[in-house]
Amino acid sequence: MTKEMICIICPMSCHLEVDLDDQGAVLNVRGNSCPRGDVYARKELTFPTRMLTSTVKIKGAMYERLPVITSSDIPKGKMFDVMKAIANIEVQAPVLIKQVILKDVCGLGVDILASRTMECVE
Amino acid sequence: MKNYDLVVIGGGSAGLAAAVSAFETGVKDILILERDKELGGILQQCIHNGFGVHTFKEELSGPAFAERFIDLVRQKHIVYKLNSMVIHLNKDKILEYVNPEDGYVQVKAGAIILAMGCRERTRGAIAVPGYRPSGVWSAGTAQRYLNMEGYMVGKKIFILGSGDIGLIMARRLTLEGAVVKGVAEIMPYSNGLPRNVKQCLEDFDIPLYLSHTIAKIDGLDRVNGVTICQVDDKFQPIPNTEKTFDVDTVLFSIGLIPENALSEEAELAMDPVTRGPRVDESYQTSLDGVFACGNVLHVHDLVDFVANEGSKAGISAARYVQNQLTSSDGFKTEAKTGIGYIVPQVIHPDNVKNTIELLFRVKKQYRNVNLVIKKDGEVFRSIKKKHLAPAEMEKIILKNTDILDVHHILSIEVMEEVA
Repeated sequence: MTKEMICIICPMSCHLEVDLDDQGAVLNVRGNSCPRGDVYARKELTFPTRMLTSTVKIKGAMYERLPVITSSDIPKGKMFDVMKAIANIEVQAPVLIKQVILKDVCGLGVDILASRTMECVE
Repeated sequence: MKNYDLVVIGGGSAGLAAAVSAFETGVKDILILERDKELGGILQQCIHNGFGVHTFKEELSGPAFAERFIDLVRQKHIVYKLNSMVIHLNKDKILEYVNPEDGYVQVKAGAIILAMGCRERTRGAIAVPGYRPSGVWSAGTAQRYLNMEGYMVGKKIFILGSGDIGLIMARRLTLEGAVVKGVAEIMPYSNGLPRNVKQCLEDFDIPLYLSHTIAKIDGLDRVNGVTICQVDDKFQPIPNTEKTFDVDTVLFSIGLIPENALSEEAELAMDPVTRGPRVDESYQTSLDGVFACGNVLHVHDLVDFVANEGSKAGISAARYVQNQLTSSDGFKTEAKTGIGYIVPQVIHPDNVKNTIELLFRVKKQYRNVNLVIKKDGEVFRSIKKKHLAPAEMEKIILKNTDILDVHHILSIEVMEEVA
């Protein structure tokens, strides 16, 4: 059978067609414009993961919040656990992009990284 | 009055990319004018990832994508002024701007790149019945409050419009602990990218009500409810289809409008469909030496495409300053059956070095159709398409040799019968 999926890796939103065998195992992925689509389709049907982005509090910067991102994708079901784990973090400017804000969040082997540089302001 | 070879209005993704590429093409005397207190534009509030896949072959958050371009601008020592609002632009390419340090300033530009971006349509644009309580926001404003200023806009949310910002805010607010009760879209299809319907709504079991609109917003001081109803194919409410939701906040994500007050003041020829200036293959507007790129030209789906357009406009503007753009005869592009608009609207083949990109949107959803390109009414090429939707910008690339024999009009249309 063939399953239609939307690739969520980039805003291209490729319309994927995934051929499955009787056991539901992936035989072939079509409609992807890059190799990531193939990887996404196979993963989504077996072990779906997501990148997570959010913010943490920052003091001494131009704005009140520092945007953060997971260093790699996390299991889809763990998103709210990670949100909880970073809810009370407060950092002090300056912060550099890709600086580790929290190591190994929820024991997932994934770090929380700053997703921009924020300089110190008066 | 100070002179610059090139003035870029707007320090967002389009303007930064344009300034960098103009610099790399050899024009160094550049001024970027940005009205916000930092460079980066709207990217700074778009903290989600997925940016840069095309430009940098990496998945970045919005701020990280902006930072790449800001770093380039700084490395090249391109001059930029923050908190600087351009208030007038005239046909002699004289700009007037104001900022807290310099006060009121006039500058003369050899060339100008318009990169002012777009703004959100608001509740007023669609005349929603009900009171005017607090708790009604445009989705982008709510995004800035949440992601930069650190304020939650509400706890129980309803979103009107399935534009990408609305979908992304549905996920963002859910992750931050709010309950998003639903998203209503007046069209029978989503106006956001399919990936956002999947990862922002379906991942969180947020219902999407297609062919629905808001019938009433309740609440005197603060929103305390919203009523939606189904609409027919003429977008008229269908009686007895009302559903009421207990919410304290309503977000509007109902489209973006290119911000063209300056373009209109300078009397640039405008395209009524894109609501941006009409441009040629070099992104030059009807006013000699004035170029436009990014969301001020037409609203894009992807920042990668905005930056790409900015880069190309920057190269063109630099070539204009260097007297390398020709102004030979050109032909027009025409959006025929099923096509909403095409950018560029005019093509001068002499300026097309290798290839020309035609960007366009269809008017409605199609499945299994042909896109037919005609030169002066004669079929030139037919391209099979499995899927077309207004929310997804389409692109056709032609070689310069493909267009040499066009006299008056290059058109694109949708043919419903599959040949």
